Amino acid sequence: MRGLGIFLIVMAALAIVPLLTASNVVLNFLVMALLIALAGQGWNLLGGYGGQYSFGHAAFFGTGAYVTAVLQVRYGVNAWLAFGVGIAGGAIVGAVIGALSFRSGLKGSYFALITLAFAEVLRILASVAPLTGAGVGTLIALDLRPAAFQFQSRAPFYWIILALVGASLVLVRLIEDSRFGAYLIAVRENEDAAKALGVNTITIKLGAMILSAAITAAAGGFYAQYFLFVDAGIAYGPWISIDALLAPIVGGIGTVFGPLLGALVIKSLGELTKLVTADAPGLDLALYGCILVLVIAFAPRGIVGILTDIKRCLHPAKTEPPASLEPGHG
Amino acid sequence: MLSPLLIIPAVLNGLMAGAVYALVALGLTLIYGVLHIINFAHGALLTAAMFAAFFAYHLLGLDPYLAAVGLTPLFFLLGYALQRFVIGPAAHGEDRNILLVTLGLAVVIENALLYAFRADTRTINLPYAFDVVAIGPAFVAVPRLVAFGAVIVVALALWLLMRWTDTGKAIRAVAKEKLGAELSGIDVAHIYAVTFGLGTACLAIAACLLIPTYYVNPSAGNSFVLIAFTTVVLGGMGSVPGALIGGFFVGVVESLSGLYLGESLGQIGIFVMFILVLLFRPNGLFGARA
Repeated sequence: MRGLGIFLIVMAALAIVPLLTASNVVLNFLVMALLIALAGQGWNLLGGYGGQYSFGHAAFFGTGAYVTAVLQVRYGVNAWLAFGVGIAGGAIVGAVIGALSFRSGLKGSYFALITLAFAEVLRILASVAPLTGAGVGTLIALDLRPAAFQFQSRAPFYWIILALVGASLVLVRLIEDSRFGAYLIAVRENEDAAKALGVNTITIKLGAMILSAAITAAAGGFYAQYFLFVDAGIAYGPWISIDALLAPIVGGIGTVFGPLLGALVIKSLGELTKLVTADAPGLDLALYGCILVLVIAFAPRGIVGILTDIKRCLHPAKTEPPASLEPGHG
Repeated sequence: MLSPLLIIPAVLNGLMAGAVYALVALGLTLIYGVLHIINFAHGALLTAAMFAAFFAYHLLGLDPYLAAVGLTPLFFLLGYALQRFVIGPAAHGEDRNILLVTLGLAVVIENALLYAFRADTRTINLPYAFDVVAIGPAFVAVPRLVAFGAVIVVALALWLLMRWTDTGKAIRAVAKEKLGAELSGIDVAHIYAVTFGLGTACLAIAACLLIPTYYVNPSAGNSFVLIAFTTVVLGGMGSVPGALIGGFFVGVVESLSGLYLGESLGQIGIFVMFILVLLFRPNGLFGARA
């Protein structure tokens, strides 16, 4: 597998962090960054590879979070099982939204709009429905046993989210080399041409949307277990839709490592702003907005693109295939 | 079943509320019609305009209706500068990028306001804010009636501008055929910025009409964004009469569904309508163009 070396080094470096420090601040920060990386990888699959920009990935994140929490609290389902059902639930929501929008031929601005609208509908529904705890939210009872997907320390949580991120990296890497991945990129580059060559573009986009939704729902389900609390503003709020698209765009849209790299960078910058400004509300998000505009204006291929350029400058003799945006050949 | 005595006032109030929706939607549809992009920063700019109107009253003691005279050109310049110096250069001419840049601007504006003014909700007290006049069986608030009249005037003014001035002609030319317009010597970047400025100026007027009866906080504009999107999609993207009719229609639907379903579910009515229209009539109810 191309990039296996980098993958193993990155995962190993991240995996030993809890052995080096017991600081809750560090682990908490990394858990949140990895959570955004996972949600962002979901967005990246659909937006980065398929070219369908969703502004409402909160719909999947929130469904994953609510299904995980509500099944446990109201129906006494085991936490791990609830987590699995939450992922499936997110995938189903993705399938429904995808089938409706792609069949109606919505793309570009229209697709961004309708995903935003669905996320908002779910947010309002969750804030009034008794099932989701309405405005109060849903609190998962404390039960610190691994069988209940709860742990005494943060380290196991950290390894679980790291494993999920690792799995999403491998999945996207495999998709990149598969026939499905080639079709998906063809849809992004020129949908009409892809269709004319016999690609069933609706099925391809739908498949990408379902996988994308499932990955982001996994991040949501993990969030519910980690904080043991979900409410409408957290689960379906615009913050996660923005973080999920910001991470891959900053890191490098349509690249395997983009979301992880981007999530680490934006979360670091966010924490730094909070530190400097003594936790003033809004300033970290305002900074994210600036970053988004600046990256699009000056580095449309994100950090991965910058790294590729630097590498090319350092080794001008080694010619790389021109069409590829991928880091780390060989 | 509800009696006509309840329904007629609801419809009338919906029409009045719809006037402001129509104005917000007018700005959005103008920008879409010429630049062919959805301006996701529309709601944040409206919030900014509402803060401007609030402080014009609070610090300078300017009546909102008077403040509109100053704020409208100010927001025209703001919109012009945003398109000319930020959105245009940053997007590299790619639609997907414009989408993200306007989203980024929305996040920046909204959170800068949150940082500056915290999440507090602010209102102003005007002597005439609660005055009502009787129209048939219904009582209509005076500020809403003023808004209704103002929107009609603005729409007429815009129509005259588009129809009879050189700038209006240039805007229409760019909307129809960008390359052709450029070849006949029209400065497309300038026209784009003018259009964006006009759309933003509509927001300044809308804000001054809203502030006497509405509140302002850093996310106040957001409740109008999706309504404006709905209105614009409903009326057909880029269609000015469509935006006006769509605005009034949405106002009535909101008022009626609020009557039948209660406040927070009344909002759902709009979203559901929005999704249904997008799915089944993405070119709008009047089918403006493909």
